[in-house]
Amino acid sequence: MATIVEPSGALMGASIKRLEDGKFLTGRASYTDDIKLVGQTHAAFVRSPHAHARIRGIDAKQALGMPGVHAVLTGEDLKGSGVNPMPVGWLLPDIKIGEKHALAVGTARFVGEAVAVVVADTPALARDAADAVVVDYDVLPAAVEAVDALKPGAPQVHANAPGNVAFNWQIGDKGKTDAAFAGAKTVVRQRLVNQRLIANAIEPRASAAAFNPANDELTLYVTSQNPHVHRLIMGAFILGLPEHKFRVISPDVGGGFGSKIFVYPEECVVAWAAKRLARPVRWTATRSESFTTDAHGRDHVSDAEMAFDADGKIVGLRVRTIANMGSYLSLFAPCVPTYLYATLLSGQYDIPAIHCEVTAVYTNTTPVDAYRGAGRPEACYLVERMVDIGANALGMDPAELRRKNLVPAGSFPYQTQVALAYDSGNYEPALDKALAMLDYKKARAAQAAARKDGRLIGIGLSAYIEACGIAPSQVVGSLGAQAGLYESATVRVHPTGKVSVMTGSHSHGQGHDTTFAQLVGSELGLGVEDIEIIHGDTGRVQFGMGTYGSRSAAVGGTAIYLSLQKIKEKGKQIAAHLLEASPADMDFADGKFFVKGSPSKAKAWGEVCLAAYLAHNIPANIEPGLETTSFFDPGNFTFPFGTHIAVVEVDPRTGYVQLNRYVAVDDVGNVINPMIVDGQLHGGIAQGVGQALWEGAVYDSNGQLLTGSMMNYGLPKAENLPSFETARTVTPSPVNPLGIKGAGEAGAIAATAAVANAVVDALSPLGITHVDLPLTPERVWGAIQNAQKRS
Amino acid sequence: MSKVSITVNGKATAHDVEDRTLLVHYLRDSLGLTGTHVGCDTSQCGACTVLLDGRAVKACTLLAAQADGSSVTTIEGLARDGMLHAVQEAFHQEHALQCGFCTTGMVMSTVDLLSRNPSPNEQQIRHGLEGNLCRCTGYHNIVRGVQHAARKMGGATAAAD
Repeated sequence: MATIVEPSGALMGASIKRLEDGKFLTGRASYTDDIKLVGQTHAAFVRSPHAHARIRGIDAKQALGMPGVHAVLTGEDLKGSGVNPMPVGWLLPDIKIGEKHALAVGTARFVGEAVAVVVADTPALARDAADAVVVDYDVLPAAVEAVDALKPGAPQVHANAPGNVAFNWQIGDKGKTDAAFAGAKTVVRQRLVNQRLIANAIEPRASAAAFNPANDELTLYVTSQNPHVHRLIMGAFILGLPEHKFRVISPDVGGGFGSKIFVYPEECVVAWAAKRLARPVRWTATRSESFTTDAHGRDHVSDAEMAFDADGKIVGLRVRTIANMGSYLSLFAPCVPTYLYATLLSGQYDIPAIHCEVTAVYTNTTPVDAYRGAGRPEACYLVERMVDIGANALGMDPAELRRKNLVPAGSFPYQTQVALAYDSGNYEPALDKALAMLDYKKARAAQAAARKDGRLIGIGLSAYIEACGIAPSQVVGSLGAQAGLYESATVRVHPTGKVSVMTGSHSHGQGHDTTFAQLVGSELGLGVEDIEIIHGDTGRVQFGMGTYGSRSAAVGGTAIYLSLQKIKEKGKQIAAHLLEASPADMDFADGKFFVKGSPSKAKAWGEVCLAAYLAHNIPANIEPGLETTSFFDPGNFTFPFGTHIAVVEVDPRTGYVQLNRYVAVDDVGNVINPMIVDGQLHGGIAQGVGQALWEGAVYDSNGQLLTGSMMNYGLPKAENLPSFETARTVTPSPVNPLGIKGAGEAGAIAATAAVANAVVDALSPLGITHVDLPLTPERVWGAIQNAQKRS
Repeated sequence: MSKVSITVNGKATAHDVEDRTLLVHYLRDSLGLTGTHVGCDTSQCGACTVLLDGRAVKACTLLAAQADGSSVTTIEGLARDGMLHAVQEAFHQEHALQCGFCTTGMVMSTVDLLSRNPSPNEQQIRHGLEGNLCRCTGYHNIVRGVQHAARKMGGATAAAD
């Protein structure tokens, strides 16, 4: 276990204004769609309008005759030229993989699936020609809801997945859990729907590829959170391009939230077509294409039971979850409703028996994969709703029921009943701080007074746990991951002492240029202006796993930190040689290498860097230059935590939920830049509130996406949200030397349950104990009407 | 094809474009001003917001031909003589941007909002920006950014509504 380094120096822990802001604020950033390629052509996709249909034929004659059209290519062309199906990157026992090609071969399985591509001189010509491609479909019945898809006689999505089951999976001790329930004083049960969401990064996905026949190199610009993963999967598994001849660049990327992790059909087709046609080919999604083809998130139906003893201690949790995977298994989809979900079902609580069964189901809908939080929001929502339902049944205050069940401060590392061992934690201070910030007693008193006036005010808590920086590689490999989950960093010190860092992490809003510069500056005694952070280009960065799972600072930052230590060690040897001292006697601080105890015997950073490159006077056993690469593979996940509290008022006449206050106390371990971390939490909270109140993908019974645009999918707007009240406790992680836990997903994990609990609390005087997400006016109004009819 | 003449960021421009060309594509493709972004097909997201004769418009909702003879300011024309506009500077100071994609439209909408109401309270700011979607910031720091800009530009935002 690594030792913790206390943040030192003015840079660590400082809210430095972001170094990358200038280009974004002046319109000079380069997103994929901004990058023009000489001689470029434009792709438009012909997409299935049916959720399930056999493709009997594709007639491209008319399209091919239209002006400016270079090619119309189909799935048969793709398969015929040796392009492989798209792989699944996380395998589970007995998993049934429905074969997916970048362009459908034989059958289309969701509305929006790409069936053919047209390449033409302009986007408009390509679109016009795509509309002129005639596809002869034999429409088949569609399976849409996962629960229905499991029923006998349901339409079958893939012939090799009988009953539409992609896999069955379980975790925990069933016998022990059943016994705990048999002996319990109180058991609460609830079916909980965690609805399907659509990430909606504001930048649509895009890709642009160019093939250079002079050196056989293909360059792909793509909106990716992990360009090296794209290169590996596209190069080695799909297209058969050797890595040294395939460069993937993900330049400025306008938000990801998970949806830009995965390798999608469009970038494969664009890259393949660019090589085949020997012309640059590009494509940018319309928002409609984003809605129907970006991987969706969540979509669980769970039957949950929580058992309590006479004192209100949780003695067991039993869960059966049906997870809708959509029409195909997206790249990392199998790990989301399993290892990123059920392993978090202990929450912050000391639960002695847990069992969870998961059935993953194919349906004729857009594939589902990781969306901000990925499995962990589903777990948090389930646990925190069940605790509130339990508190209601037991007649206990929800804050006190939580306090009674928290994992005690002295019991870390804490081994849960669902595989994970929490690294460090101190949950009660975060709960207390949140209650104090809200003034919980006063808020409850105000709620009681308002109820007398017929007003529906609710207070909802969410004490969440997150798991970040999924690791170590050996363990995830044994669980089914087809990739390692380390990160790499090269630190290149130039002769003048300036520093370039090549990191495998990718920034698409997270502010790595600033945060990583603070880390480097702090370690080397440099100003942030002397440091350059390079990411997002396989031609410049050695290797990497990218950014997702709140891993960049904890894993990517630590890889940088490890390289910096090696740089300082080499610097000490060179300085010792120059000073005719022993390397063991050297120290480094404030930008100087000096002999311990005699700070005047010193060599400045710049002198040592220059000496390393001049190599006129360095130790004989040392190579010239000052550059090093490190890979960091953490020994465990990190586990941020905290308590969020929402206060809402429900209008009984309309069902509209007004979010009046939002208090968040988060513990993300040590913090490099508090301003940036707070920003991550704000954004996460807004997405979690969005899930609670407005967002939800809705399909009709034929598998048509009814929420296919920003006009009818309820994204949070400035007007619908309050300002957030945030604070922190700090419990460093022992998993990495920086003590960092991670902050990217915490808000999205915590917020949904806090708001949902608040709304149900507001409705509780009407006898309402649960309403399914999203808590739209329509749904809340309906629940109020039903309650009034009952009474 | 139509000949379109638009003054963009103070410079006269003229291009022959297809009749169906949107203003945003004129700016991005004919002029190479890629700071104006396209985020949706339905005029919801506001990433394409520019000033048309001083008023904020969504450049994806207007044909280039409709802007013929007009004066357009894009994000590239906001900073003067190497100095950021007060709204740009305020967004930087308050960390009102993350991925940057909505930012250019958000800044242009803010310029328009503050020109109409130099001293908006929080509720007025939130209402004023409801046509611009941001998925990163939760709007929290964008509100702070607008308040900061209002202070710098001589207006004062009311502390509470």
